[in-house]
Amino acid sequence: MSETVTTLTPAVVVVGAGPSGLSAARELAPRVGEVLVLDRESTAGGIPRHSDHPGYGVRDMGRFMDGPSYARRLVRQAREAGATIRTNATVTGWAGERAIEVTTPQGRLLVEAGAVVLATGARERPRPARLIPGDRPRGVYTTGHLQNLVHLKHGKVGERAVVVGAELVSWSAALTLREAGCRTVLMTTEYPRPDSYALFSGPGKVLFGTKVATRTRVSRIIGRPCLRAVEIEDLDTGHRRIVECDTLILTGDWIPDHELARTAGIAIDPGTRGPLVDSALRTDRPGVFAVGNLLHPVDTADVAAIDGAHVARSVTAWLDGGSWPVGEGVRLLAGEPFVWVAPEILRPGDPVPARRRLLLWGERYIRLPHVVLRQGGRVVARRRVWWPVAPGRVFRVPTDMLSTVDPLGGPVTISAEP
Amino acid sequence: MSTFDVAVIGAGIVGSAIARELAGYELSVALLEARDDVGDDTSKANTAILHTGFDAKPGTLESRLVREGYHLLYGYADRTGIPVERTGALLVAWTTEELDALPGLKEKAELNGYDRTEIVGAEEVYRLAPHLGEGALGGLTVPDESIVCTWTTNLALATEAVLRGVTLLLNHRVLSVEKPVEEHETATILRTSEGDVTARWVVNAAGLGADVVDRLFGHDRFTVTPRRGELLVYDKLARPLANRIILPVPSSRGKGVLVSPTVYGNVLLGPTAEDLIDRTDTGTSEQGLEFLLEKGHRIMPELLEEEVTAAYAGLRAATDHQDYLIEADAERRYVLVGGIRSTGLTAGMAIARHVTDLAGKAGLPLVPRDDLPEPPRMPNLGEAFLRPYQDAERIAADPAYGKVVCFCERVTEGEIRDALHSPIPPAGLEGLRRRTRAMNGRCQGFFCGAEIANLLEADR
Ligand SMILES: Cc1cc2nc3c(=O)[nH]c(=O)nc-3n(C[C@H](O)[C@H](O)[C@H](O)COP(=O)(O)OP(=O)(O)OC[C@H]3O[C@@H](n4cnc5c(N)ncnc54)[C@H](O)[C@@H]3O)c2cc1C
Ligand SMILES: Cc1cc2nc3c(=O)[nH]c(=O)nc-3n(C[C@H](O)[C@H](O)[C@H](O)COP(=O)(O)OP(=O)(O)OC[C@H]3O[C@@H](n4cnc5c(N)ncnc54)[C@H](O)[C@@H]3O)c2cc1C
Repeated sequence: MSETVTTLTPAVVVVGAGPSGLSAARELAPRVGEVLVLDRESTAGGIPRHSDHPGYGVRDMGRFMDGPSYARRLVRQAREAGATIRTNATVTGWAGERAIEVTTPQGRLLVEAGAVVLATGARERPRPARLIPGDRPRGVYTTGHLQNLVHLKHGKVGERAVVVGAELVSWSAALTLREAGCRTVLMTTEYPRPDSYALFSGPGKVLFGTKVATRTRVSRIIGRPCLRAVEIEDLDTGHRRIVECDTLILTGDWIPDHELARTAGIAIDPGTRGPLVDSALRTDRPGVFAVGNLLHPVDTADVAAIDGAHVARSVTAWLDGGSWPVGEGVRLLAGEPFVWVAPEILRPGDPVPARRRLLLWGERYIRLPHVVLRQGGRVVARRRVWWPVAPGRVFRVPTDMLSTVDPLGGPVTISAEP
Repeated sequence: MSTFDVAVIGAGIVGSAIARELAGYELSVALLEARDDVGDDTSKANTAILHTGFDAKPGTLESRLVREGYHLLYGYADRTGIPVERTGALLVAWTTEELDALPGLKEKAELNGYDRTEIVGAEEVYRLAPHLGEGALGGLTVPDESIVCTWTTNLALATEAVLRGVTLLLNHRVLSVEKPVEEHETATILRTSEGDVTARWVVNAAGLGADVVDRLFGHDRFTVTPRRGELLVYDKLARPLANRIILPVPSSRGKGVLVSPTVYGNVLLGPTAEDLIDRTDTGTSEQGLEFLLEKGHRIMPELLEEEVTAAYAGLRAATDHQDYLIEADAERRYVLVGGIRSTGLTAGMAIARHVTDLAGKAGLPLVPRDDLPEPPRMPNLGEAFLRPYQDAERIAADPAYGKVVCFCERVTEGEIRDALHSPIPPAGLEGLRRRTRAMNGRCQGFFCGAEIANLLEADR
């Protein structure tokens, strides 16, 4: 390699300065020596930087704050703890087990660390990935794009918007649209009931006067060169109609930013599409850990942040000469109506999962579900919980339910029943 | 405006190549384009394969020009830095009929002057393409079939034309034509959406609009039918699945659906073939996308597990003729370059030579220039070559090449700045995407869309 490349050798390198990466750095810096956090954006903080509304920090900071303040606070805490944060630093690939290549305006870096924490987050699927046919006009955005445009660059959008999705992030998009002077004329969701978002659809209607079309998908995009309308389809009747709009926001439908994990050849969970991890948040590559929405696309920022704090203990143990476990342990699998569970692997002796919760993603609404754990064809635990399974939101299962699991009994499937 | 020696209508690959070629002689040349950028029609939306011409119809003009164009573009790519990769192609037979067709295809390739194809058995097919779906019975290898960057090709040709002194007239749609009235008058007046342009000779390389322009000259020899081809571009993480071009056995309906790596490190699935009426309908359709998924599922099921990064459609300028329609009209001092359907990227430079030759024979004076500038060195968009973000020396010399603004495609601020200050700067976001790859990646702007719009705006 050429001599213009600078080599750095921190104890830990954290890739991504969002809530999870910054929290990991804050906890690690006082314990392990040099902690280097790298982020490709010009400002650290991750998604909350441009999520300019309240709703952050409840579980990790015990406060209710807006995204940008929350991001700034996390950055300050990590710095005060002694971590080095470098922005405009894009990690572009691997140069060894725990060595990464980085591009910065100050030059190319080679970072050889004792441990690597991947905290690269998740993004919303854009229009092509959703295979929505039609014209390719201007005016189609994801929430991330929209909020970058409005909050960080003070750009303009149109006047009449359709928002695809009716989950937390969709309402966040509607708020941003309102701020940008754009009316949300319709929200669509493929799910059958808007009341699975009771928290939001009530105030939503009052706040925005917005209708939510359930069991509906966008079947075509119309307009050249600017968006003019969308065609929507009722999934039950097949009936289609045209809704005029000049702005279309595609929300939710998350996919982890797993490029670094995949190019490393790290095992990926087919459900989350993020790295397969155990309850210590280890991947299958020694010294490489993963946290945040890269593992569970997506949960709220505070939960991502708590992952960060949780991983610090495992990273410290590894740097202290700990070994890297081999072998599967007990594999957790998502059963009906869930599509993923995280973490995915339990091993005797490993720490309990962060916040003593397993995270699951459900595709069907169940108001007062029974959570059922099956192992080797047998029900090993069954419990009624008081919170619903709702599409578009993470469902949490207390880990004490796992006490009857046999550590040698093979995979455990977690499902929910009415 | 003074009278040009030649006006070329259409700044796609074909028109740009012709303008560049003509500017190699002592001629004043105008390149007229209806849109606000070069290469904004069919030349931007194809499968970007540099064809050997192995499957052309032997004996046709197309067969000859594709074969010649292949070598010309390879050489030109080397001089200007257009990314090309010789991945080779594997034509796969899935049925016994297709298997039986392979020897015929090999013979046809030889008639087309290409003798490096080889028939291989199923085992070899799976060795060459391990991720192929089940059921392949055999195949034909075409080791020289290559992939290329169509955007850089068009831009390099147009840029060199401009460097050679061609007057590029964007936003000049030719609406009508005024032929010389009196005997001694020798110039044609082209009435365009931005005023008149006068030229002694006119070359019609208007692609999908070539028949309309041809009628303005009083001819009635062909009609263009836009044949839409829809394509899906898969995420870069899919690239290890497809290390070469996977072709179907061609049928009467065309070349069929292929799977091909791209020079940007993605994988293409497509195209469809569907005749339309509307010559501007480059949207995608529900049936088209469904059809591609169905085909893809057969050819390479693992590919469908990956994310789709882009979906687009291009329109082939199909005609009622079997071959290219290139004819010079000495009396009207006019050359038609029509029906360049599905091979124009490859053949473009050879078409330019052929057109120049025809025009010369029809009376256009051709005196070679001895003061030609060096060809331009184009920014590299190809993954197989060093990109600025990887180039430590370059970043050390200019930190702008170390500031990544489009994360998915790893496009730096330096490259965006360079594109905005190039001889043919982009007219907007779409043009910037073609010149730099910015915003072409898997997030489609989730992270960088606003930043890039800002850079573009700041430059205005
Ligand atoms: C519109 C919207 C509204 C939301 N509203 C709320 C809310 O009200 N309350 C709430 O609690 N949560 C909310 N969330 C969710 C919250 O933002 C996320 O849970 C949180 O940001 C996840 O943190 P993270 O650290 O996992 O990832 P991120 O915040 O996504 O951070 C990942 C970081 O990694 C960096 N990165 C990625 N790849 C690389 C690389 N190769 N090199 C260098 N850096 C890299 C990125 O630049 C980014 O800064 C919202 C999300 C969205 C999109
Ligand atoms: C789906 C698909 C796949 C393909 N795959 C390949 C491939 O793999 N390899 C290959 O070699 N070829 C391929 N092709 C073919 C190739 O793309 C075309 O042959 C080539 O781009 C044609 O270039 P052109 O310059 O003739 O046309 P265009 O690029 O369409 O340029 C014509 C220009 O003329 C302008 N124009 C039209 N009317 C007027 C007017 N009245 N006044 C002024 N300007 C006007 C238009 O705006 C346009 O810019 C493919 C084509 C398609 C559609």
